[in-house]
Amino acid sequence: MSEETKDYTLGELCITACAEAWRGDNEMLASGMGLIPRLGAGLAKLTFSPGLLLNDAECRLVSEPIPVGPRGDYKLKIEGWLPFARVFDFLWRGTRHAMTMPTQIDRYGCSNISVIGDHSQPKVQLLGVRGIPGNTINHPCSYFIPAHGPRIFVDQVDMASGVGYDSARWRDGARRDLMELRRVISNLAVMDFGGPGNTMRIISTHPGVTVEQVQEQTGFELAVADKVKETAIPTSEQLAMISDVLDPHNLRASAVKES
Amino acid sequence: MKSKRMTPGEVIAELRSGMTIGIGGWGARRKPMALVRELVRSDLKDLTLVSYGGPEVGLLAATGKIKKLIFGFVTLDVIPLDAHFRAARQAGRLTDVMEVDEGMFQWGLRAAALRLPFLPTRAGLGTDVDRLNPDILPIASPYEDGETLLAMPALNLDAALCHVDHCDEYGNGQILGDDPYFDDLYCAAAEKSYVSCEKIIPTEDFLEHGCIHSLALNRTLVSGVIETPLGAHPTACVPKYGIDTEHLKEYSAAAKDSDAWTLYRARFVDVDDATYVENAGGSDNITKIPAPVF
Repeated sequence: MSEETKDYTLGELCITACAEAWRGDNEMLASGMGLIPRLGAGLAKLTFSPGLLLNDAECRLVSEPIPVGPRGDYKLKIEGWLPFARVFDFLWRGTRHAMTMPTQIDRYGCSNISVIGDHSQPKVQLLGVRGIPGNTINHPCSYFIPAHGPRIFVDQVDMASGVGYDSARWRDGARRDLMELRRVISNLAVMDFGGPGNTMRIISTHPGVTVEQVQEQTGFELAVADKVKETAIPTSEQLAMISDVLDPHNLRASAVKES
Repeated sequence: MKSKRMTPGEVIAELRSGMTIGIGGWGARRKPMALVRELVRSDLKDLTLVSYGGPEVGLLAATGKIKKLIFGFVTLDVIPLDAHFRAARQAGRLTDVMEVDEGMFQWGLRAAALRLPFLPTRAGLGTDVDRLNPDILPIASPYEDGETLLAMPALNLDAALCHVDHCDEYGNGQILGDDPYFDDLYCAAAEKSYVSCEKIIPTEDFLEHGCIHSLALNRTLVSGVIETPLGAHPTACVPKYGIDTEHLKEYSAAAKDSDAWTLYRARFVDVDDATYVENAGGSDNITKIPAPVF
């Protein structure tokens, strides 16, 4: 990272970069799975996307981000009921933008959380596809990857759990206009799918990181935006919101390894 | 009206090897673990298990009961992955799996509940769920749009096992937790449904415990009711008790060590329910386990 003294951590930069994924979203459910995506969704809600809906990873919709970690006497601000049986009705309707943390992802955004190795006898059994196939084909999705490397950004995923833009994986006649892979945020850079044929493209690198370093840690060739920016650093207002409201116990300190 | 009270042993006696069995609840939440342990102790085998998977999948996999698994995930919630399920998959002891999206899974149960052959969905298209499940066929919309969809086949169950807070002896069931999950669908998708509960209460007492929305199961859906206090442990039955994280750690550790597994089995599987509860810390301690915070 840069040599000048900075007053934010890489984790906090990732939170503000994740929050940006929800910019422009209004009345839709912002689901951040995992600490950094969840804090990003909360920050987006508190700042530029106040119309977002949030939930508590169970069945309650809340009108204010829930502080992560021990809640003390914090009381949830419940605005609705969303049991699992209604979640699919909700997300198949498209009114959600989820950010999850895949184990593998390819250049077309196809993601894997199911297995490493062969499906019938995997080398490593992970969670299973969960709701990722239905999420990714029905509503906007983004991804967060805390340790950018060639074992995660791969040429071929071992099991395609979430859809990508690769035409070869799609049946003729399937609707592909409902899907949108918005952003991939890592500890090194921010990417979108604006490369040729909707392939992954670097749009900004974090302070002190070069395009070459990102490419080196990626198992396929990344497209590069015409003008790669430096990822915006957190403002003091954002930092205060993160530390005072969203993550008072500083769980974020161990979520992203400082480089 | 006829009472549907049964014992766990009577439930298992009605099941046969080779059956397709659905397990209610979600992950480590409100799983019918007392019934599952009774199943583990039985001679039943070659089961097709249908579940939003929690520790019952690992337990049944570790004891060689599962021939085929239909699932979208297996998790212990407070511990992301189930070590016994992983061990079975990675050792090649559980190769026959139908892995589907969570919403497709619900669609399969709903199709069975509605006595339909399938329900159409987009979920699964464009992923390896489509490629790896040759039994799930595509279908073209018969209307002008002609859209290609997947026809999620009905998940017809021979039996469903669920655990709820209260039942009356006629098969009406009450769920006091904030999420009923899919227990009603599992029951409706099954030929026979067996619902264990914390307590069997008189019908007229239901509304003293919760509002009318808590009456999740009606008696047309339920073949037998079984009183198994703390019968979801080590999974949660909120508000009465939360997920027993310490127990699930011990359960998980037993996947890596055959001595630990022998000990776990002796203390927590090959025992009657009363001994199980004592070995798991006793009723007073279990009911002090707080609801999980995610």
